[in-house]
Formats: sequence, structure tokens, C-alpha cells
Amino acid sequence: MDIKFTAEEQAFREEVRAFLKEKLPKDLSEKIRTHRELTKDDIVRWQKILYEKGWGAPGWPTKFGGTGWSPIQKAIFAEECALAHAPSQLPFGLSMVGPVIMAFGNDAQKERFLPRIISADDWWCQGYSEPGAGSDLASLKTRAERDGDHYIVNGQKTWTTLGQHADWMFCLVRTDPDAKKQEGISFLLIDMKTPGITVRPIELLDGSREVNEIFLENVRVPVENLVGEENKGWTYAKFLLGHERSGIAGVGTNKAELRRLKEIATTERKNGIPLIQDPAFRARIARLEIELEALEMTDLRVLAAVQQGTSPGPEASMLKIKGTEIRQELYNMIRQASGPAALAYQPEAIADPEAPYAGPEYALTAAPVYFNNRKITIYGGSNEIQKNIISKMILGL
Amino acid sequence: MDFSLTDEQRMLQDTVERLVADQYGFEQRREYMKKPEGFDSTLWGQMADLGLLGVPFSEDVGGFGGGAVETMLVMEAFGKGLVLEPYVASVLTAGTLIAETGSEAQQAEMLEPLISGELRLAFAHTEPGNRYEETRVATRAEKRDNGYVLTGRKIAVLHGDSAHRLIVTARTAGDEDDAEGLSLFLVDAGADGLEVSGYPTNDGLRAANLELDGVQLPADALIGKEGQAAELIGLTLDRGAFAVCAEAVGAMSRACDITLEYIKQRKQFGVPIGTFQSIQHRMVEMRIALEQARSATMKAAARLQDGTPEERRKAVSAAKVQVGDGGRFISEWGIQLHGGIGMTAEYHLPHYAKRLVMIDHQFGDVEHHLNRFSAMMDVPKTA
Repeated sequence: MDIKFTAEEQAFREEVRAFLKEKLPKDLSEKIRTHRELTKDDIVRWQKILYEKGWGAPGWPTKFGGTGWSPIQKAIFAEECALAHAPSQLPFGLSMVGPVIMAFGNDAQKERFLPRIISADDWWCQGYSEPGAGSDLASLKTRAERDGDHYIVNGQKTWTTLGQHADWMFCLVRTDPDAKKQEGISFLLIDMKTPGITVRPIELLDGSREVNEIFLENVRVPVENLVGEENKGWTYAKFLLGHERSGIAGVGTNKAELRRLKEIATTERKNGIPLIQDPAFRARIARLEIELEALEMTDLRVLAAVQQGTSPGPEASMLKIKGTEIRQELYNMIRQASGPAALAYQPEAIADPEAPYAGPEYALTAAPVYFNNRKITIYGGSNEIQKNIISKMILGL
Repeated sequence: MDFSLTDEQRMLQDTVERLVADQYGFEQRREYMKKPEGFDSTLWGQMADLGLLGVPFSEDVGGFGGGAVETMLVMEAFGKGLVLEPYVASVLTAGTLIAETGSEAQQAEMLEPLISGELRLAFAHTEPGNRYEETRVATRAEKRDNGYVLTGRKIAVLHGDSAHRLIVTARTAGDEDDAEGLSLFLVDAGADGLEVSGYPTNDGLRAANLELDGVQLPADALIGKEGQAAELIGLTLDRGAFAVCAEAVGAMSRACDITLEYIKQRKQFGVPIGTFQSIQHRMVEMRIALEQARSATMKAAARLQDGTPEERRKAVSAAKVQVGDGGRFISEWGIQLHGGIGMTAEYHLPHYAKRLVMIDHQFGDVEHHLNRFSAMMDVPKTA
């Protein structure tokens, strides 16, 4: 047992660090550090910088333009990016539809779609959830009926993250309404410019607009945009959910936020001394750091197993549960540390880094970020669903 | 990054696990508890024969040459069986101290019988007034003639009533909480002026209180340098804390397995209670607590092996917090998910619960280690 990184891994970390120092635009890292809103252009700009370096797709094999990195390398890259406050890469193309196309798409689809994901020429969104199909995803109702060499799609998707910017949507649709619910589903790629698609942003509790409702009304989708076989979509959907869950613990992000919490607690004063010197508050930070250190080791244990060829599988569910619980508590404590200044709601300043606002800087987003991050235990398979997965797959219940 | 075990480590693990599986059934353990020492001396001899009592000692004194990973493997297996023998007291705390700091004469005299199981030691540091503190010691050692005279009280000395010799922390100089002026002494269990009062602990082990009333010691009873023992005491307590963390991981994993098995077979309302989601989710949370405690303990092993003292102290404290919280969580919910049977003395699960909860009373509890970690935590410099 040796929990140190190898010299090669250490050198790789240095390389990533040096790259970030040189290439990560300051305006972007500052927006991430202070939790400001990113524009579409911000996200595309960063993806193109990574693409030019050849690091556009850390999780992909080299034959599709990926880095071919090991699980440990991917983890190091993700951690360094988070610590440097780099924007997250969008998962919808890279971690979701990309791997599905690689595994089940035909050659034409691979050639057409995969390169444009890495280069950020196409922005993808996910058409999974529906008003009546959340955790019970297979009960989805959006219909696709064959009409010559097209499908006619009718229905409604929801919670579609950043769908307002999307060029393409990968979409689960029902192609056989008479089959059992998992068996009549197909996986379609839909051009968002197709007539009949309406995107309506949903305002979230913190005032942000990152998710959308998507209405599909007689949307004509060419049959060539079907991935794999008709009615096999559920298999692909499950593959997608099980794929590329490394990084799900969010260790790097949690470390960056812990550092920020400590900075805030050092600046804020209570009884005339820094809040971080308050024993009760400090002990709560310590407890979180202890949890995070253990999570980091748990994450590395899973990664090492993946590196040796074991599938991450249901262990990833533990990482998701613990990682999101820690992050929510970090945002909770950042909000609390910010004190009465966290009351003021100043959305203009959150959206525009040039706009004036009443400070301090960290108090501006403390409450909105806390509220916004209630989502992380809900999305990507709610933590209750993760517990069901562990219960079934690990415990055999 | 490599979490795999070497062949030697795997063999060691197999050996201990087999011993525990063969010799530590529930009824067998009950019998061992009834013996006057509170454990089975035949089994202690068997552990010696298998080389287990030499695990942390170097090969040139007849040991196995193991480090923290080896300790972890032994203790985890012991935790699965709720082993009663004085391994932590005699081998991992007091014994390791002698092996590392004892004079040549002390080593020559003690290591061989320690490894062969004939000599048992215990480490006596805790006092009525020092809770879990490392340097607060009121017991005094006065220099007199060609030796020392010890006066003071020690409590909760793990296996103190079955040890042949005790390593006692005492103050040769300084005030009660000074780091300077602490020394370590070897005291024979039968020494004049020493009164050893043994008692059972709530988890079925044994401990003792010591009254030292003018115990006269020769000069060579001193271990290491006079007045310079603070760092050694800290290291020894960390070794003890780490050992019981690894033991707790073993006990937690058994408690989880036992509970999982139970909720699969126990039927209510015509179905196994493990089909109920409220119970499934609790069981999952117990498993997560186990994995987090295991991770923290593995990190502590690594830091004990090659970390700086500061890194070691942080990692041991982090592990003790995870184990304290996680162990209590698994104990309480293990009992709860069992229902009535989880309350009974004749069933094995509650004995795991008792050991896990009592481990928090040894080598520093959650609050102690949280505060210690908190004090050492990296924080930005105040502007």
C-alpha cells in the first residue's frame, strides 16, 4: 500500500498546473472563484483553449481525439482545474452523448458529431426528464412516430440544463407505446433549430436561469439521427448513467470551496477577532475538512480499482452522496460565515462583473449559491436513488 | 497510488483472520472473558507462536519488521472478532516504546520475552485530571539517591491488571501541563508502594487504576532521556489511537455485515424488513460511514509510516474523529435495525456496538481529536 502519487503522476500535475497558470484567462477564473454567472461564450472559450492544447476530452480515448489519460490522471486534471478556478467542462457532450455515440453510434454519427463536441462547435443538452418522469425516468411520455424517413416527435422535456444555448439535444423518446415501459424507448439526436421546438427558461429559486422546459411539437427528426436500434434506448441511457462517473465526488471543487470558506472566516470578524478563531465555528470547519480528506481517500481507492480494470459501478454512488453532502455543507457555512451582508439580493452584479454592488464580494453570492446548490443532491440521480442503487447492487437488498 | 497488499501482508492478514475465525466464536469469547486476566493466555501463547506479538518489531530482535499497514491488518482482523488479548497495551504501545527508546539493556531484557508472550506490558498515562491530554501529568518522580520515587494516580490503564510491568509517565520537572519535564519509567507490577486495582470495562475488556505511593525505582528504570518524553508520549498515544481505529474498522465491518444479514432474513408484515426503503437507506449510510472510516484509517497508516509528526498527528486525529462518529452511528443504527434482539446480551451485535462506543473513550475522543485537528488545520494568514 502506497498512497503517494508516482513521480510521473506528480510531473503530470505540474504540467497541468503550469498550463492553467499560463492559459486560464483571469476573467474566467475570477468569475468562477466569485461564483458569477458564466456566459455561453465563457464556456466555449475555455473549451476551445483546452481543445487547442489537445486536452479537450480528458475522458475519451485517443482515437476519438481524447487524451487517453488514466483514471488517476483524469482525477489530477479535474482537481487542478477546480483549484485554479477553471470553468467546468460541459458534461452533456463530453461525458454523456459522446460516450454513447462512441459505443452505439454508427460511423457517420461518430464522424459528424464527436469532433464538434471537443472543439465546442456544437453545444449539447440532455432531453431526459419530463414533468412526470424524474427519478422514474422510464415512465417518460414524449412520443416519436415513424413517418417515412423521419420521426415525428411530440412531447415535453424539462430541467434541461443550459438548453437555451444548445445546438443539439440527445433525447429519450417513446417509440413503442405498447411495450413495457423500459422497452419502448429510443435514443434520438435532435437539431435544436428544427421547427416545432420551443425553449422556455425556468427561473430557479436563486434567480438563475440555467434550466429549461423544452416543448416538442411535430418535430421532424431524420431517421439517421437514431442512435443504435429502435426501442433499445433504455440500454443506452443506463450506459450513459453508469459511464464516466470519475470525478463525481468533486474533491477538487470541495477543496477549492473549503479554502474559500476559510478565507471568508478569516476576513469576517466576531467579537473583534476573526471568525475562524471562534472555537465552535472552527470546529465545524475542521469536521468538514476531516470528512473531505476521508472522501479524497475513498475516491482514490475507487480510482485505483478502476485503474486496475474494475468498473467503478455502484461505488460511484457513495462518492456522489458524500461529495454532494460535503459541498452543500460548505455552501451552507459560506452563507453563514458571510453574516448579515448575505441578506442583500443583487442579481445585476452576479450577472455582470462590472456592475457596482454592496460588498463584501463573497456575501454577494453566498445565499444564491447556497440555494442553487440544493440541486446537487437532486440531479444526476437523486441521493435517494443513489442509495437505492447501493442497496441493490452492493448490499443485495 | 497503490492500495494493494504485498504477498507477505496478505499472508499475515490470512493468518490473523483464520485465528479469529477459529478461536473467536461468540461462546469462546465469553469463556475467555471469565478468566482472571480477562483473556485467554493459551491463545496469547498461540499468537506468539504465529509471530503476531512480533509484528511491529524489527527482524534482528526476532520480530516481523512490520509497519503501520501490518498493524492495521492485525487490528482490523482483531476488531472483527472483538479480541480481548492485550495486544494494543503490550505490543503496540508499551512494547513499541521499549523497542524504539529502551536502552540496550532494557531491550535485551524485555523484547524477547515480549515477543514470545511471557512478558506483558501496559502503558499508564491517563490520570483523574488529564482526560485525553498528552502533557498534563501530575504524577511526580522525585530524584532520590541513585534512583526515583514515584507518587501519583493513574486511571483507565488498559490491561493494567494483567501486565507484568507498567510504563508510567511521570513528571521529573515542571508544572502540571508543561511539555518539558516528562519522563517514562518502568515499574514492576509487584513493586512496593504500587497498588493496582483491576476492573472490567463496559466492552468486556479490562483496565486498572494505579496508586503510586512512593514507589522506589532504580536509575535504570528510566526509559529514554529524563524530562524529554513529551514527543514520545504523543507518538505512543497516536499509535494507540491508530490501533483502535483499525480495530474499529474491523468491528464496524462486522457490525454492518451482521446487520445486513439480519435485515435480509428478519420478516415482518410477511416480507424481509430489508425490503423497506427506510431500512435500506440507513444500511447504505452505515456502509458509507464504514468506508469513510476505513479511508481515514488508511491515510493515518500512511502518515504514521512516513509523515512528519504534524502530518501524523493530523491524520490520526482525522481518523479518530471518523471512527468515533462512524462507529457510534453504526452501533446505534445496528441496534435499532435489529430491534429487541439488538438489546440482548446473548446476541453478538450489541457487543460490537459496545466496543465501538467504548473505543471513543480511549486515546482521545471525537471532541478531543476534533479540537486537535482544528488547532493544526491550515488556515489563511490573518490580514
